[in-house]
Amino acid sequence: MLLGKIVGTAVATIKTLELTGVKLLVVQPLNKNLEPSGSLQVAADATQAGYGDIVFMVRAREAALALEEKFVPVDLSAIGVVDTVDVDRSIRDFELSWGYSQFA
Amino acid sequence: MIIAKVIGTVVSTIKHPAYHSYKLQVVQPLNLPGELPEETFLALDSAHAGVGDTVLVMREGNGARQVTQIKDAPIISMIVGILDSVEITEQAKGNSR
Amino acid sequence: MLIAKVVGSAVATIKDEKLNGTKLLVVREANVQGEVTGKPLVAIDTVDAGAGDLVLIASGSSARQTTVTKDRPVDAVIMAILDSLEVDGEVTFRKS
Repeated sequence: MLLGKIVGTAVATIKTLELTGVKLLVVQPLNKNLEPSGSLQVAADATQAGYGDIVFMVRAREAALALEEKFVPVDLSAIGVVDTVDVDRSIRDFELSWGYSQFA
Repeated sequence: MIIAKVIGTVVSTIKHPAYHSYKLQVVQPLNLPGELPEETFLALDSAHAGVGDTVLVMREGNGARQVTQIKDAPIISMIVGILDSVEITEQAKGNSR
Repeated sequence: MLIAKVVGSAVATIKDEKLNGTKLLVVREANVQGEVTGKPLVAIDTVDAGAGDLVLIASGSSARQTTVTKDRPVDAVIMAILDSLEVDGEVTFRKS
């Protein structure tokens, strides 16, 4: 699953029948610091999100499962509106050295 | 499954009902020494992990639905264990690009 | 199925109870010569593989099609240890 920001909506009159009534959002995927990551994409709205919202999304077949009609050709859905993202910014990457590493 | 570190938490009130009983974590996948860091992603937490924990993340929807026991849950990534230790021998050295 | 090399192991005490009793190995996808190429991932071992072994892994929901992993929350399983590989009539790998 991934974060995104709603930057617009997409409207289509001619579309596959199962997509009738599904709101299409234009989203910018975001990284952990909420900075843009990758190009704009269109997501189906499964959570009543609106312009400017930060959302979390799911890809693949699971995107269709989030919608009311589950047999739809959708591969990205917004499934939650984000209130806050709290990330430890001091963690830049997660590199383990060779050999044995003990945690905790 | 992959090895990752929990680096943050996402809080959301309005969300799909399948997400109601779990925390949503931001995870950073492991990168081997000398290789490029990977993009972080979100995972639902069924193991009660916290920020800083090294975890086992399953990334397959049917397995995730088996854990939540919610039919049609739109979940892919799920934390299914907290790792105590990892051993990686130098046989892992190679070029992944 | 993917060719992978076992490069380590992982231990977890706190885990989904359906993972109890499973052995977790760290593997990387490998080419037909047995050289690692892919990202590290964790797979359940069903064949007593060890570090250095070249193995076959199944991933996704197919990973639960073994008696060891059935109904368990896993997405990768080691289900064979490779003895040799032959491509275009040439042996590219033989277990030492």
